[in-house]
Amino acid sequence: MLKLEKRPQPSRLWTWVTPLLAVVITMLAGGALFAALGKDPVEAIATIFWQPLFGEFAFYYRPQLLIKGAPLILIAIGLSLGFRAGIWNIGAEGQYIVGALTGAGVGLAFYPAESVLIFPLMVLAGALGGWVWAMIPAVLKLRFGTNEILVSLMLVYVAEQLLAAMALGPMKNPDGMGFPGSRNLRQYDSAHNAELITGTGMHWGVVAAFIAVIFAYVLLTRHSLGYHIRLTGQAPRAARFAGVRPARLVLVCLGTAGALAGLAGMFEVSGPAGQVSIDFNVGYGFTAIIVAFLGRLHPLGILLAGLLMALTYIGGEIAQSNMGLPAAAIQLFQGMLLFFLLAVDVLTNYRIRFAAREVA
Amino acid sequence: MTTPLLSISGLTKAYPGVVANDAVSFDIMEGEVHALLGENGAGKSTLVKMIYGLVKPDSGAMTLHGAPYAPPDPHAARKAGVAMVFQHFSLFEAMSVAENVALGMEEPPRLRDLATRIRDVSETYGLPLDPGRIVGDLSAGERQRVEIIRCLLQDPRLLIMDEPTSVLTPQEVAILFQTLRKLSGEGVAILYISHKLEEIRSLCDQATILRQGKNVGTCLPRETSARAMAEMMVGSSFAAPERAPRAPGEVSLEITGLSVASPSAFGTALRDIHLTLQAGEILGLGGVAGNGQDELLSVLSGEILCDAEAIRLDGTPIGRLGPTARRGLGLLAAPEERLGHAAAPDMSLTENAFLTGAQREGLTARGFIRWGAARAFARAIIERFDVRTPGPEVAARALSGGNLQKFVIGREVLQRPRVLVVNQPTWGVDAAAAAAIRQALLDLTAHGAAILCISQDLDELMEISDRFGALNEGRLSEIRPAQDLGVEEIGLMMGGAHGMEVAHV
Repeated sequence: MLKLEKRPQPSRLWTWVTPLLAVVITMLAGGALFAALGKDPVEAIATIFWQPLFGEFAFYYRPQLLIKGAPLILIAIGLSLGFRAGIWNIGAEGQYIVGALTGAGVGLAFYPAESVLIFPLMVLAGALGGWVWAMIPAVLKLRFGTNEILVSLMLVYVAEQLLAAMALGPMKNPDGMGFPGSRNLRQYDSAHNAELITGTGMHWGVVAAFIAVIFAYVLLTRHSLGYHIRLTGQAPRAARFAGVRPARLVLVCLGTAGALAGLAGMFEVSGPAGQVSIDFNVGYGFTAIIVAFLGRLHPLGILLAGLLMALTYIGGEIAQSNMGLPAAAIQLFQGMLLFFLLAVDVLTNYRIRFAAREVA
Repeated sequence: MTTPLLSISGLTKAYPGVVANDAVSFDIMEGEVHALLGENGAGKSTLVKMIYGLVKPDSGAMTLHGAPYAPPDPHAARKAGVAMVFQHFSLFEAMSVAENVALGMEEPPRLRDLATRIRDVSETYGLPLDPGRIVGDLSAGERQRVEIIRCLLQDPRLLIMDEPTSVLTPQEVAILFQTLRKLSGEGVAILYISHKLEEIRSLCDQATILRQGKNVGTCLPRETSARAMAEMMVGSSFAAPERAPRAPGEVSLEITGLSVASPSAFGTALRDIHLTLQAGEILGLGGVAGNGQDELLSVLSGEILCDAEAIRLDGTPIGRLGPTARRGLGLLAAPEERLGHAAAPDMSLTENAFLTGAQREGLTARGFIRWGAARAFARAIIERFDVRTPGPEVAARALSGGNLQKFVIGREVLQRPRVLVVNQPTWGVDAAAAAAIRQALLDLTAHGAAILCISQDLDELMEISDRFGALNEGRLSEIRPAQDLGVEEIGLMMGGAHGMEVAHV
């Protein structure tokens, strides 16, 4: 009979092994899923994990890894701070959209003037936009005790409506022949978040993501604010005893997450996406939640998890176009990753014993 | 010779890394009040859990009424006539007494019939209790009655009581003992777990002493001194704390007209508390658990804020200051709940040393943590207070309760407080370690610190306090010199029998 036994303290080894184990189990279960759909499971898994990196068209897909990974990492780093403190911001998608809108808004307002100051201003505006959007659930929570999970999630839908309204209204391209969507910022040099090194996918958002990883790592391991964040998540009462002010922490965590999500949105709209359009957001804000947990809420883990998720995104698209796998199957595959991670997570705190049934 | 009611032979139960019970054997006769003595961690709880069917022994056997007895679950144990009153009550505060009793019964009768039966039983055994009252409104003593009556309704042959008096005033203890004697007079055997030696001497017929999972001896409590029993429990003799004579100094801490609502629904509000604490003295505050002790500590530690003027430290109003600012001024605290309040369970001892030591020990530099210094501080605590642990990187939850308690108290003591507030400083700590903690507190006062010691252990308070007061329903009694206080007076200060009557025996 299998028995779960609580470990005296969380296993360090398993903390790092469980994500890998989750990936392996996901491959097996995903393979079974693809087989049930009538596709060759080995080929499907290989397409998702191998093609983007080493396949025939890898020169095209490899830069995509950074382009798709950067927003995921940037958002997930922000979310992880809150998640560690038990503050559940589920609305990064909304903060991402609003950051894109404010960032793009600043750029469009200056069009067609050229100045080196425009892009930095857009960066600030993007961060500020996301921050403001995240402050709404924060302030409501502190003033009225509302649940930040619900409020931040609802605000995603508000942000989506705002995005549509902007794409169809104030930000619509006057020279766009009536098509929805703003001017393309990639054709506006001062506002373009261009590739820094050609052919790598490296843009300012990637730089920001790396800085965020390092910043979060130092914060969590060396700074007393990071310590207070961890303490609040693990033992809220001990945190109050230690002198942590919970209200301040809510503002800091939601604010940071919002600003980083806003930044991600801004870098996306001014670079890879290029314009504010109705379908600008593709769910980075939600996928980042998976990334944050897959990465153990640890900055370095999030870096790896973000790249892994980006890989499944890219590989998933290839599988869709080359093998005709339905998009839903790919989403299911990504969902499995979080599901299995949470399931094997139990091994970090428990060990399995094969014990004979106790004599009654 | 008559057959014993319950005979235990060679019961063994091992958990990973520790043998909780090692071939324990003893007999309980009908109508006998049998004490099970031992320090925390000696294996008392595991043993009774095996008798009550909560834990299955690895080896060994039990017989009840001469027949083999191996309950697979508490349900079977209750059917066989074994009942147990737990130390921590399993009652629903929002439900009535009768509803709570019904929840714990195998086949509960209709509520109206049950209420009648509760009245009958409570009448017979002198445990007055109104079946219609809401449990949330009852005192700890009355809640215990609910548990006892729940057991008595099942006509038990063996009643197990786990530390029943830790939540009672001396008057309530007297009432409980009368009930227990009446029960034993009717042939019910009682297995009584406690570490309060004087109680055992007055109540019990037989005592079995456990140490590190082994039965290390039996004695007749009435003929054995408390000191001798304590030494059997510990396995060696230990020094009683010594105090140097001292003159009280200036007023360090002054509380005037402090009233605070409790943050939790069934907590206790503090009402109009006045007290002064002088440098170099220990003020002991007794009282049954749940009468405002937690709230008082939180108000003093800065977790709950109050009017600025209500609390003064060396003349400075500090009521509006948070925990960090108060630590800076020298007011330190050690809460009762070790895991989750005084310490974070999953964090290492180094991180937990940083938890309160950050400021006074200078463990940060411009907001960044000096981990090296924090580790050194944790090591100092471990060394100075003899905390048994492989090292400062071990998670707090991996320590035994007593060791963690030493760490938590040591952490505050080593920070040289002006005023130290402790709640239950030796709760769950073995006798030798408890003596060491008390000695550390006394030494602290010798250096001019003032200590407010909140505890439910009256013996402890009498041993170290200069003055004594008691909390009762959030109010503080008159504070009196501890030296010439009798048990009777202390009991009255704690609220007497909380309106309970003596058994109609």
